[in-house]
Amino acid sequence: MNDTTALEHATEPGTASRAGGAKPAITLAEHVIEIVSDSGEGAQRCGQSLGAIAARMGNGVWTVEIIPAEIQPPARSIEGASGNRIRIGSRRVTNGGNEADLVVAFNEQVLLGRVRERELKPGCIILLESMWRDHPDAKIAAAYRETCDRLVKEGYDVREIPMERECKALVADPRRGKNMFVLGMLCNLYSLDLQLARDQVAFTFGNKEEKVIKANVALLEAGFRWAESRLDFKYRVPAARVEEPRIVVNGNTAIALGILASGMEVCAMYPITPATSASHYLSEVFEKVGGVVHQAEDEIAACAFAIGASYAGKCAVTITSGPGYSLKQEALGLAVMCEIPLVVVNVQRGGPSTGLPTKAEQGDLLAACFGSHGDAPKVVMAVSSIEDCFYSIITARKIAETFNVVVVVLSDANLATSQQPFPRPTFSEAWLAPPVDQSPAPEGAKPYDWDPLTGLARRFVPGQPHGMHTLTGLAHDRLSHVAYDPEINEESLRHRSLKLAALQKTLKTPPVFGGEEGDLLVIGWGSTQGAIEEAVERLRAEGRRVSSLHLRFLQPMPGGIKEILERFKQAMTIEANWCDNPEDALIDENNRRYSALAMLLRARYLADVDCWSEVRGQPIKPDAIYRVISNKLVQGRR
Amino acid sequence: MTTRAHECLMRMYEEEHNLEEYQGSIPRWCTGCGDNAILTAVQRLCRDEKLRPEKTVFVSGIGCSSRFPHYMKTYGFHGIHGRALPIAEGIRLARPDLHVFVNTGDGDCCSIGAAHWVHAIRYNMNLTVMVHDNHIYGLTKMQASPTTPKGLRSKTTPRGAWLDALNPLTVTLGIQNVSFVAQAVDWIPELVYDIISRAFHHKGCSFVRIIQRCPEFLPNLFDPWLHDPNRTLLLTHEKGLHVSPALGKLYKNQQEYDPTDLNRAREIASVEDPIPVGILYHNPEVPCYEDVRAITQLRTPEFIQRGLETELDKFTVWPQAAD
Repeated sequence: MNDTTALEHATEPGTASRAGGAKPAITLAEHVIEIVSDSGEGAQRCGQSLGAIAARMGNGVWTVEIIPAEIQPPARSIEGASGNRIRIGSRRVTNGGNEADLVVAFNEQVLLGRVRERELKPGCIILLESMWRDHPDAKIAAAYRETCDRLVKEGYDVREIPMERECKALVADPRRGKNMFVLGMLCNLYSLDLQLARDQVAFTFGNKEEKVIKANVALLEAGFRWAESRLDFKYRVPAARVEEPRIVVNGNTAIALGILASGMEVCAMYPITPATSASHYLSEVFEKVGGVVHQAEDEIAACAFAIGASYAGKCAVTITSGPGYSLKQEALGLAVMCEIPLVVVNVQRGGPSTGLPTKAEQGDLLAACFGSHGDAPKVVMAVSSIEDCFYSIITARKIAETFNVVVVVLSDANLATSQQPFPRPTFSEAWLAPPVDQSPAPEGAKPYDWDPLTGLARRFVPGQPHGMHTLTGLAHDRLSHVAYDPEINEESLRHRSLKLAALQKTLKTPPVFGGEEGDLLVIGWGSTQGAIEEAVERLRAEGRRVSSLHLRFLQPMPGGIKEILERFKQAMTIEANWCDNPEDALIDENNRRYSALAMLLRARYLADVDCWSEVRGQPIKPDAIYRVISNKLVQGRR
Repeated sequence: MTTRAHECLMRMYEEEHNLEEYQGSIPRWCTGCGDNAILTAVQRLCRDEKLRPEKTVFVSGIGCSSRFPHYMKTYGFHGIHGRALPIAEGIRLARPDLHVFVNTGDGDCCSIGAAHWVHAIRYNMNLTVMVHDNHIYGLTKMQASPTTPKGLRSKTTPRGAWLDALNPLTVTLGIQNVSFVAQAVDWIPELVYDIISRAFHHKGCSFVRIIQRCPEFLPNLFDPWLHDPNRTLLLTHEKGLHVSPALGKLYKNQQEYDPTDLNRAREIASVEDPIPVGILYHNPEVPCYEDVRAITQLRTPEFIQRGLETELDKFTVWPQAAD
């Protein structure tokens, strides 16, 4: 790094920069950093910027937002922690990692929130805003001192930092600028390139006036200098050189970009957390590719609107989260019954009912597979990385239109706000939807001329001469005439079901992560992929015979899974949805409720698939999975 | 080339359709059901307006009214209870080239689909909406609907309906962006046709409430009105309905009324006896949602790619230049 010129003017006398070099940096394979503040103090922006700078350096990065449930929680409250967790690694980072190694807190109360949620590594470094120590309100000062003493006693390495005071030297209102000072400190502590950081700040405030950018760059530099001169440690997480352009976005933005790239034209939605940010971004940009985001009056209307647009020839998407997904059930059944292509994105959150709106869970898998009354076969996919969010939407649109089915894409609150760089997609015309077919249908064409093998039928779209028919949610025959005949009803159910089998025949067996056989196979789906594979990799390095399998298609499931299961002595799923604990007094094999995927696998493969789950609203940590797998391997030996 | 385009134009100009081209399955409504009057009027309208069957879509929800699309030989979408309007809106937004009609009932529109009704009026998309209002749930066999008169006995109100009936006209006229509201009665078929025709020609969401008899469950409900023509008030105006001399002889209770006055429309709508028949409100100036949201740019792959690449640029981290 060559930023000594920027360091020539230290903020205080006697802390002159060390010309020509710096403190020796400790080399790390990875580190987890958290920045927490009250809402509105900019910790999130600080964290995202830090992630982006590290990504520009070539580091593996995963950032997750720490979001309070309320928009303006009371200041200095335990529940009010707002901010970001940034995991920086030398290699590709696939998840948010374990407890934090270093925490920056703008007050001690939000910090306590993180301690309580067990998100901090024992003895980790805490960089704490010290302004509260001498706060005029005696209660506040006392609370601060008490917390500080407690944390030190508990073994944390607490460094009190006069952030407010340092920022005041540069700006009138330090509340709006402290985050850039902190960003500067962190750039210094992690040996990140100051010029890259300046560029990032300029980019972040790109639509603001020059004055604003300058002020923020000054704060950044001040923080950088302060850490250089006043903190006695420094880290370096070696980075590989960036060889290819990469995209840095969160999962919801990736979904919206996927919608742009898929050629879909209509997105109908209703605001709901945590799905809405995808629609926010899409609302901003969809028109640039000729698309429309329609905010409907409710979730049902959003689904019905999308169905109408799809029926009329423009495949549409509706984006929602748990409660909204429940509301759409009847309309989804209609799309299944009438065989109208539709893409539904469900960014899962904690449930049931209103549950945990801002927190992650994988609780909707069975609802996605079996929701809606009657037999309503739908395709269910789950995304497992940020990159996957982008490409899965393109795949979902294609499947929906090829098989005239509803495709449910499950994401979750973890992926929604997490950022992870991935190679910039190269556009392909094949991603796009074909134009609306307006060619005349053959004379006497039937709207449901089901192919006896695949169940597929050519769909006629309004505007096509000779294709006229009335779609109906009632049982119907090949002419779409209402039919209560028992034979016809069975025939239509059979064909709608066969379409899933036809799709299933085209799916590839997912690759096993680790050895092709062994003592234990861990099976997962959705956002847990990175954490599961990380734990499996560690255990394999220790010589354990464990592998993992991650499913992208949950309904239908690809072939070959049975054969994989047979090559392992034991199998278990790891999921973020409820399962009964067999250790509980009342729980036995007759009443144990299994996790969703475990239930599906047990039913399909008649295999004794165990499960372990965690529903804390937080992404499952690799360490937790490591412990679970270790225990399971020990049990297996008994 | 010129000749062929010319021929095409000639053919379009000469295009004729007969009633049979719009007649789908044989209606299964009860004998004497008011829905038949609406169907006849609509089939006539399609013929007279020379609507191409393949360019015409009838969307409905659930209920007796909503069997309507099956009896047309156009495209049709018999959906789920209460959701005809949002489905029709999706079609409208996707396809401005289609004629989109909605057939719904008092339960479908004013009860289970009430949220969509309010917002459909506000979106003001170019749809012709017919509310077949027979004041009762017919398909599920005689339960009270929101428009069931107070005191009327039904399966769910055996001691008489508890509440005053909802007035779909005053509600609709109270919604922002309302652009066309009319009322017809099934026992004056001539005006059912005229009113639906006016609704069809209005660009925007035309809301037509058609009071109709249910011969099965409420056979005598409207007898007092049928027996006394003066209990029907015909609204006439050069911008509204023109009443034929023959009809005028029978229905003498007429009022010259300019349908551009919203406040006056609300007053007229709030009087339920005599029943006002005609165009209550018409404002062709209200913008349509699909026009507000219209994208005129042709969606070529190049266009989409340009848009996508611009967005990807914003999020791209480029490899650093060599030091």
